[in-house]
Amino acid sequence: MAVAANFGEMKKLEVEVFAISVDSRFSHKIWVEEELSKMVDGGIPFPMLSDAGGRVGEVYGVYDEAAGVDIRGRFLIDPDFVIRAMEVMTPEVGRNVAELIRQVKAFQHVRKTGEVTPAGWQPGKPTLKPSPDLAGKVWKEWKPEKIS
Amino acid sequence: MADEVDGCVTPSAGPIEIGPSEKTDQSIDRKEVSMTLAKVGKAAPDFELGGFHAGGFKNFKLSDYKGKWIVLCFYPGDFTFV
Repeated sequence: MAVAANFGEMKKLEVEVFAISVDSRFSHKIWVEEELSKMVDGGIPFPMLSDAGGRVGEVYGVYDEAAGVDIRGRFLIDPDFVIRAMEVMTPEVGRNVAELIRQVKAFQHVRKTGEVTPAGWQPGKPTLKPSPDLAGKVWKEWKPEKIS
Repeated sequence: MADEVDGCVTPSAGPIEIGPSEKTDQSIDRKEVSMTLAKVGKAAPDFELGGFHAGGFKNFKLSDYKGKWIVLCFYPGDFTFV
């Protein structure tokens, strides 16, 4: 839902988004039409997939057999079809879309430049160029930021 | 939507096995099929699922989106509150 509200940003980054739960397509339709379209302008702009029985969730390690649902899991896949990041959470706590967007930007930057991004990197902040000379010298290039 | 025909149950492939699969026995139990589990740095397990998008129903195959950045968001259920 929060991803839907920030879909403009995802679109700018050319990311294809899929939401997946064990609910049927019919349930998705009614939820989108009756509720989500009233919470997010224009409704849900990406496909909502139906993972009946949690078959796909099982492969992605998010299917909770006891509850019979796919728990919260977010996977970032690059253009080579390689999984770059995953975050799996029990259902009570929602996701942080800002962090997802940050990760997408960081992975896209790395892919484009071959540089690596230190902890908490944001676009425009310094990156590191991995090389033998950098060993032991990271302190010159970068210091961790304190969370205020 | 008048012309759209959609049965109550439209099958989708679910997880798609990779590698050689020469098994022809129709009675094979899905659980016996060895699936590659999702791992960072490894290829994403492919799948095909039915879905709802832009007012209609359609099957989506993940590997059709190869070459793009993709985000999969699993969530516990429609009509939940978080």
